[in-house]
Parts: sequence; structure tokens; C-alpha cells
Amino acid sequence: MIEVKDITKQYGDNVVLDNVGMQFHKGKVTSLIGSNGAGKSTLLSIISRLLSQDGGIVMVDEKNVTEYKNKMLAQRLSILKQSNHIRLKLTVRELVSFGRFPYSQDKLTESDYNMVDRAIQFMDLKDIENSYIDELSGGQKQRAYMAMVVAQDTEYVLLDEPLNNLDMKHSVQTMKTLRRLADEWGKTIIIVLHDINFASHYSDYIVALKDGKIVYHDETENIINENVLKDVFGLKITICEIDKKRICNYFN
Amino acid sequence: MRALVLTIILLFLAFVSLFVGAADITFADIINWDIEKIELISISRIPRTAALVLAGVGMSVSGVIMQQMTQNKFVSPTTAGTLDAAKMGLLIFIIFTPTAGTTVKMISAFVFTFLASILFLTIVRKIKHRNVIFVPLVGLMFGGIIGSVSTFFAVQLNIVQDTNAWMMGDFSSILQGRYELIYLTLPAIFITYLYANKFTVIGMGEDFSKNLGLNYNAIINIGLFCVSLTVSSVVITAGSIPFLGLIVPNVVSMIFGDNLKKTLPLVALSGAIFLLICDIAGRVVIYPYEIPIGVTVSIIGSIIFLLLLLWKKR
Repeated sequence: MIEVKDITKQYGDNVVLDNVGMQFHKGKVTSLIGSNGAGKSTLLSIISRLLSQDGGIVMVDEKNVTEYKNKMLAQRLSILKQSNHIRLKLTVRELVSFGRFPYSQDKLTESDYNMVDRAIQFMDLKDIENSYIDELSGGQKQRAYMAMVVAQDTEYVLLDEPLNNLDMKHSVQTMKTLRRLADEWGKTIIIVLHDINFASHYSDYIVALKDGKIVYHDETENIINENVLKDVFGLKITICEIDKKRICNYFN
Repeated sequence: MRALVLTIILLFLAFVSLFVGAADITFADIINWDIEKIELISISRIPRTAALVLAGVGMSVSGVIMQQMTQNKFVSPTTAGTLDAAKMGLLIFIIFTPTAGTTVKMISAFVFTFLASILFLTIVRKIKHRNVIFVPLVGLMFGGIIGSVSTFFAVQLNIVQDTNAWMMGDFSSILQGRYELIYLTLPAIFITYLYANKFTVIGMGEDFSKNLGLNYNAIINIGLFCVSLTVSSVVITAGSIPFLGLIVPNVVSMIFGDNLKKTLPLVALSGAIFLLICDIAGRVVIYPYEIPIGVTVSIIGSIIFLLLLLWKKR
């Protein structure tokens, strides 16, 4: 389980995260929502040790992340950031193989190659596995990066706005893949989302941030609620139910 | 397979390089055991060819590491102030300890290149919007600043011409007993090869590296060490060789990709081949005189580089 306690982060006088505490459920998809600057991405970066906090601790499986060796933590927790643009000319297969780096460093073993094959299969990349990633479309690139994370085979998978720059089809595809990772592979997924409808449709839990604080956290159906959303986003949102799924209309 | 082909080409060129020069030596002389000519080969020709190969490998491999560390294809010892720093190191050595030996000279150049590389990397990391062209421009300016400080002191001491002469890449004065420092590139190249995969990961950026559990800063430091050791030892023995670290890695990358585990041997071999060709050309064009290799590399290199830019744009 991932647990954060009293996390504080500030840039100068600007407090980005203010005493944030939270436990994330194992094997579930949890979405972080909130307006720009609410601190979602910062929280995700701190959990995944890309950013260091000013105060508080992050526990992964009852152990402080600072006590993990880099390699060991990379076998438990992976992060995919929106800004990850690789400028290297690598093939899809080479990129995915680097997902095994925490386990075998330079020499991949038989089981590493099996995992790479599984990841490529899972993300449906078999027919383009030998293409260079700089020649792929945005959607294919995103799938290649996700395959790398799948190959990394970590208990916890963190994604920072994975739907950015993706069209509707690829967004839905991405979310369905994450769902399968949680349901079939038992992974714990924590994801920063902007579109409330994707959060409503595909996540088990929602954590809402506002001004650096967690204002709500609960099962999805308790958060997708006109009053709660109005409080979080400061926007009047109408909710209607279609096929037993709640759709938020925020266009008024 | 590709590496094998390149190795054969390299061996052939190295062989040719041994028999090109002002003194006429043929293969038959060796078979006939002409003592005088064999001595000439072992004192002058073999050191020269060895130095060329090592400088070619070293400079192009350094280029690759610098490009990985900055995630920028246009960064190289030439475009990041590294060569200027080595020059400054030599100058400081001349000013303060003119009587000390080559080891001190080497240490002085190494320390300066190392510090300058750290400073350059710090500047690059501080740049928020890393435009592809912006980073090498900053590097050129950075090198310009270091260069102007060196020139200022050189002018004060009336040694401008001397300093320019050291820096002009030239292999013609390489003789047995005076070039051995260049073998210091070997450990650096060896370390780079061992760390090839890690340098590929570094090239994916800090976030990716941390995600994969790599100790980012430690690898960067190893990279800086290897680059500084290589560049300073090459500059001391042969002077500055511009463009090499830029062109060779880029051409290899365009054709074979960036998976260093696979491409590093190709970069190393191509670097040596390119330098040998430039050197042989420089020795043949105005035979029996020589054009300094810095000139031939600059001419051939800049033509290739321009073509590369045009090709990339397409």
C-alpha cells in the first residue's frame, strides 16, 4: 500500500501541497482530480521520488521510500509523466526492454524477454515493435511508453495526465488498458486526470485536491456529485446517468 | 557484422597510414629488414597511427556521452566549451608552472575541462525551454567566454601564437616518447562501453532514469570524468580536433539509432576511420608537405555536417 503523511511542498511563498495525507487502495484505480495548480502532479512526483518534499513522508509497503535502494523501488513503483519526450532513436522493442532495466541492468535474462514480449502483446504493439519511436503517431508513442511501464511490472503504476494530446479513441483505449492492468494483473493504478468523465467512468476511487489540500476522497460514486464537484472545481456541473454511468456536463 | 566490416576498413586504413609520408617507406623495406626505415616506422609512423585511432575513437565517444547527458544531438566537445577549457588549462599550466612535466600539464587540462563541463551542464539544466539549437548556442558562447579569457592572458604574456599553435590539431609532430598520454583515453573508452546501457537511459532524461532506478547523478559524474579525461589527453597530444564528436555520433545515430549498447562500437570505429581518412588526405594533397588535420577535419566535417542538417530537415 502507498501511504503519504503530512506532505508539504512549497516554492518560495507559494504552498503547493499543504499537509497532505492519504492512503491509496491496493489493486484499484485511483484518480487524482482538481483544477490546475491544485497540486495533483506535484503529489504524484513526490510519491514517485522524482521531486523531494519539504516535509512529510511517503510509505510504500510500510517502508519509507527513502529507505529503498533505487533499484528495489523501481521494481515496485513506476511513473509515466506527460512530459516524457524521448528524443532518442530507439525501436519500440528496445524502449520496452529498458523497462526491465531495474531487474537485470545490462544483461536481460530469458524471463525478462518473456516479460517484454508479454508487454508488447498486451499493448498490441507486435506489428510495430521494430519501428523507431520517433516515427510513431502520438497514440502509438503513448502505447509504447505504457508498454515499457508494463514490462517494468511494478505493483504500483503512477501516470501523470496520460490522456494529454490523445484523441478520444486513444484516450478510451488508454483508460481501458489501465482498467485491465488493475482488474487482470492486480496492479495499483494512481492517475492524474483532467477530464472528470474519464475519472467517473474508469476509476474506483477519486481523490480531489484544491489549493494544495485533499478536500475529498472516496469511492467514485460518492465524489461524482453536483455539490462535491462544485466545491472542487468552482463550476456548476450537471450530472446525468446514462447506462448506469454518471456523465458530468460542465459546458454550461 | 557491421562492426566487422568497419574493423576491416579501419585496419586497412591504419596500414595505409603507416606507409604514407614524406619519407618513402614501402612494405618491401620491412620484409627486407631495412633497419633505418623500421626505426622510422616505430618512432614516428606507429605512434602517429595509434594516436590517430585513439583520438578518433575518444573524441567521437566523448561526443556521444555529451549528447546523452544533455539530451541534445548538437552538443559536443566543440560546441560546449570543452576544448576551450582544455586550452585554458594548458595556458594556466604555462603561466604558473612552465618547468613542470607533462603529468602536471595533463592534470591542469583535465581539471579545467572537468570544471567547465560541470558548469556547462549546470547551465543547460537551468535553461527551462530547451530548444534544440539553443543549447549548443549557449555552449558556443560559453566556449567563447572561456576562450577570450585565455586570449587575454596570452596577449598579456605575448604567447598568442604559441597557444594557437598548440590548439591546432596536428599529428605530424607525434613521436615515440611524446604521445603516450593519449593512452589515457583507453580507460575512459572502456568505462563508457561498460556503462553503455546506463548512458542510453541517461539520454531518456532525469525522470525516466529515476523511474528505472538509475542513480542519475552518479552516472552523469562518470560521464563527465570520461569526457574530461579523453578530451584533455587528446588536446595535449594532438591539439583540438573540431567537429569529430559532433558528426560521427550523428551520422551513426541517423543510420543505426541510439541504442548505445549496439551503436557505441560503430561510433568508435567510424570516428577512427574518419580521422584516418582526414589525416591521409592531409598528407597526400600537398605531398611532401602536410595540411594540419584540424583543417582537413574542419573542411570535410563541416561539409558533412551541412549535408546532415539539410537531410534532417527534409
